[in-house]
Amino acid sequence: MKAPSPMSPNTYVGQPIERVEDLRFLRGRGQYIDDIKRDDQVCAAFVRSAVAHGRVRSIDATAALAMPGVRAVITAADFDGPIPTIPFRRPNPSIGPYAQPVIASDKVRYVGEPVAVVIADTAERAEDAAQEVVLDIEELPAIVGMAPAEANEVLLFEAAGGNVASVFVGTLGDAAAAFAAADRVVRGAFRTQRQTAMPMETRGLLAEWNATTSHLTMFGAAKLPFFNRRAMAAMMNLPEAQVDYIELDVGGGFGARGEFYPEDFLLAFAARRLGCPVKWIEDRREHFLATGHARESACDIEFALRSDGIILGARGTLFSNIGAYVRPNGITPARNMVQFLSGPYRIPNIHFEGRGIVTNKTPAGTYRGPGRYEGCFYCEQMLDLSADKLGLDRLEIRRRNLLTDADMPYRLATISPSDGAAETFCDSGDYRSTFERCIIESGWAEKAQLQGRLIDGRYHGLAIGNFIEGGASGPQENARIDVEADGMVSVYAGSSAIGQGTETVLGQIAADALEIPFERITVLHGSTTYLSEGWGSYGSRGTVMGGSAVIDAAQGLIAKFRGAAAIALDVAEKELHIANGVASAPNGRSVKLAQMAGLSCDGSFKNSKATYTFGAAMAHVAVDPKTGHVAVIDYLAVDDVGRIINPLTLHGQVTGAAVQGLGSVFSEELVYDESGQILVGSLADYLVPLATDYPTIRCVSLENYPSPNNPLGAKGAGEGGIIPVGGVVLSAVTAALQSLGVRPRELPISPPKLWALIQQAAQA
Amino acid sequence: MKLAPLDYKRPASLQEAIAILAAHDGAALPLAGGQSLIPILAFRLAAPTMLVDLRGVPGLDGIAIGPGGVRLGAMVRWRDIEDEKRLAAAWPLLPAVISHIAHYQIRNRGTVGGSLAHADPAAELPGLAVTCDATIEIVGRDGPREIPASALFVGALSTSLAAGDLIVGMRLPPWRDGRRWAFEEFALRRGDFAIVGVAAYYDLDDAGRVVDAHIGAIGVSEYPIRLTAAEQALNGSPIDDATIAAAARAACAMVEPQDDIHASAAYRRALVGTLTERALARASA
Ligand SMILES: Cc1cc2nc3c(=O)[nH]c(=O)nc-3n(C[C@H](O)[C@H](O)[C@H](O)COP(=O)(O)OP(=O)(O)OC[C@H]3O[C@@H](n4cnc5c(N)ncnc54)[C@H](O)[C@@H]3O)c2cc1C
Repeated sequence: MKAPSPMSPNTYVGQPIERVEDLRFLRGRGQYIDDIKRDDQVCAAFVRSAVAHGRVRSIDATAALAMPGVRAVITAADFDGPIPTIPFRRPNPSIGPYAQPVIASDKVRYVGEPVAVVIADTAERAEDAAQEVVLDIEELPAIVGMAPAEANEVLLFEAAGGNVASVFVGTLGDAAAAFAAADRVVRGAFRTQRQTAMPMETRGLLAEWNATTSHLTMFGAAKLPFFNRRAMAAMMNLPEAQVDYIELDVGGGFGARGEFYPEDFLLAFAARRLGCPVKWIEDRREHFLATGHARESACDIEFALRSDGIILGARGTLFSNIGAYVRPNGITPARNMVQFLSGPYRIPNIHFEGRGIVTNKTPAGTYRGPGRYEGCFYCEQMLDLSADKLGLDRLEIRRRNLLTDADMPYRLATISPSDGAAETFCDSGDYRSTFERCIIESGWAEKAQLQGRLIDGRYHGLAIGNFIEGGASGPQENARIDVEADGMVSVYAGSSAIGQGTETVLGQIAADALEIPFERITVLHGSTTYLSEGWGSYGSRGTVMGGSAVIDAAQGLIAKFRGAAAIALDVAEKELHIANGVASAPNGRSVKLAQMAGLSCDGSFKNSKATYTFGAAMAHVAVDPKTGHVAVIDYLAVDDVGRIINPLTLHGQVTGAAVQGLGSVFSEELVYDESGQILVGSLADYLVPLATDYPTIRCVSLENYPSPNNPLGAKGAGEGGIIPVGGVVLSAVTAALQSLGVRPRELPISPPKLWALIQQAAQA
Repeated sequence: MKLAPLDYKRPASLQEAIAILAAHDGAALPLAGGQSLIPILAFRLAAPTMLVDLRGVPGLDGIAIGPGGVRLGAMVRWRDIEDEKRLAAAWPLLPAVISHIAHYQIRNRGTVGGSLAHADPAAELPGLAVTCDATIEIVGRDGPREIPASALFVGALSTSLAAGDLIVGMRLPPWRDGRRWAFEEFALRRGDFAIVGVAAYYDLDDAGRVVDAHIGAIGVSEYPIRLTAAEQALNGSPIDDATIAAAARAACAMVEPQDDIHASAAYRRALVGTLTERALARASA
């Protein structure tokens, strides 16, 4: 592997540059999808199934069509031929039959499934009329739990013959041999609850059809506009060039926003049919029903250990409740748990099976650190169990199994069936370094005296967990740099912005690569109109992949600048000295890059080798046994991201993700009843953390181990903050309550749930 | 989550408001701060044809503090109570309770009358009103009348108000010097509706024995209740750990909470005991 090439005078990368986006956001000048209005626009409202599983007998839109302002009611009957299904992001041999049709025709499989679309002149009137569409649905028994679903008690897809949509096997070494040789085998079963990513801005789109040019424009793109364009073009039977996705400001993505949803197609379909722009802004209640859920998983796994705590192997089954259909990214969590459960630890022999199981719930997708958060939670709990069984210190067992730089590159479990990323290698780092730093930085030696103690009515507990964060999803990203007429430089990138500061960090990278002031650069991103092909922002790739493509474009532009300057100054290219945006000839004449209006260069970065940020997190909690309330007294994350582009945006990602993870640990849960009704419909019941809830989050970022896999040496940083939270916080809680014999095995540990466990332990 | 079509009026007098409400015979609803009503309309859980905005009605917004106690006009907002610094001495339990309600933005709009009429089982002000023998002032078609707070609440989100009745104010009886008091609440996040809340006050006689104990709870039944068994355990006894523990046990034993998605009945019951104990310990400290 080649070493990362150091970039010449580094003035912006690494600096805490304030986000350029913030000026517009803080002044209320952001342009979000709901700010886009067209004079002739109409609005859509979706009629959704109120039953979890049923057969559609009839849909009567007569009354709705007669209401004021109503332009159309679209149902499955409006499609000639088969109903299109929404695309898959990853190839997989078994998921075909589980794809989601864009609109229900014969069967509904979850509460919230779109059955009809009402188009009216205003959103209010569309909603009024949607209430008047009469659905006659014959209810079928619904299945909400994974165990009855696996037993095929009720089939969601009769033709598929079973409710397990996909099975991934992850293998490394020889697990059977490892277990045969083990001194001790420890077994554990744990669960994580159903959640959703809950971006503060709900989804929304405006579909605009130009009948003259047969061109579709979708405003409100996020995450992966180019993939969605390709999918939409195929579904609409259009050449790709006749579809554009326009990215606006986006109020958070976290994996859920920007995937291809049934509504996306239905809006485009309606726009073409009606010949006018169709707009839809998802409301919050609808968001709970319609936007991808995540994280509902379980495990039943074993660790094979030597008596000194060295892990010899791991095996078992991981379960992922993917809801009613396989959505574009529906099986990713199952495959990621299988590949990433071992995380930063040396587990040389692995045999995991990961099952994606369909049930009558909203289809699931990815949420920040998909499968990785769950896997890390399971692994950390297994390490605690193992340490306790072997009579080892909980930190010591971690220390003994962390990967070191001598292990690099380190092969993780290989996935089958392969999806193009079946093999992956940890790229660089000594994973003990962040762990030891976390011990020091958190003041562990002093705090450890509090471990398990009851002080003023609260039990104190401390834990440290470790994680890796895969980043830089391949295969490629593109960029282009143009010198404008006014001498300013425009940088176009395939990376999309979902609130993470893309304009700032790509601007810093471009400014350094071009050696020009940051203020002279405008970063434009995401929209398909900027580049002929691009990928986007997911899998902790936006900065690493987009930034590397920007560097390539910048180097190309400098080369072109050299050529153009040589002609302008009438000297040989090699005689020119280029620095700080100026090409100087030996005779003292010079020309600026800013004078090169029209100069333009494309760049790209091709790479499918992931980067692995690694780190450790420390949690110090205090548990009130009478209320079950857990106060997070201190939380510290230490990570090594290879190369820090901007410590402010980086810490924003890490801190925000940690807080988001604390919501996962304590309060967020999508509760269903046995009939498949979702019982959570507003943010009064889905308890995301508030600004005042977790005031003490600290982070320390290091750059001691650059990635060898890209010119920046950078690694992903968008997801790492959330990955360890479930594991380390639950470990701290079990440590606090060790004297009571309380060991929670499921998330969330809401106060009532923890209180109940404390009661049970007291009675036992 | 868009409102269904409806009309809106902003009357300039109480009479006019009453007349509009009467003319619509239940199909018109008063609008105060809108913090509960507007979400209900957005969720389409209620379908009035008319909203009667009380903001233009004069005389509903005063806080009066006098020898007879404290009177809160119906349109007094949470933040008006926070801003009335004299209450800390005049009726200290009131601002202490109000500080647990919702968040900054909501406290700028939510009102006394709206909270009483909305009658959420976990709302603080109804709990205070029931615990502290408040009087509710009502004006309806047939003129003004007064009822004790305990007669206002008849079920979850349901009151004894007739269609067209307006709450115009709430009175709290005089506060005695030297009174011991505390409010304890457990919510899943700061500002959320309580899972359980317990308000308590009592006076001490010359021998240091409790007299006139008032303890009430929110979040444990369809409407706020007095924890009479706990009051009995206190009255006539000196306040010590044993008395407090007995009161807490009595409080637990008398409540019949329900399960919901946030907490089990057993948890709420235990919280009643814990919060009663904590409130009394704090009051006596
Ligand atoms: C996020 C959030 C958190 C909240 N947390 C809490 C909390 O922790 N504790 C708490 O107590 N409350 C909480 N609330 C509710 C808040 O306090 C409301 O403001 C209050 O319950 C209703 O007051 P309002 O003035 O907004 O009434 P509105 O919403 O305007 O009206 C509520 C009901 O009362 C009726 N009404 C209003 N005024 C009168 C009147 N004078 N006479 C007769 N009927 C009338 C209306 O017709 C309507 O039916 C919360 C609200 C939100 C949105």
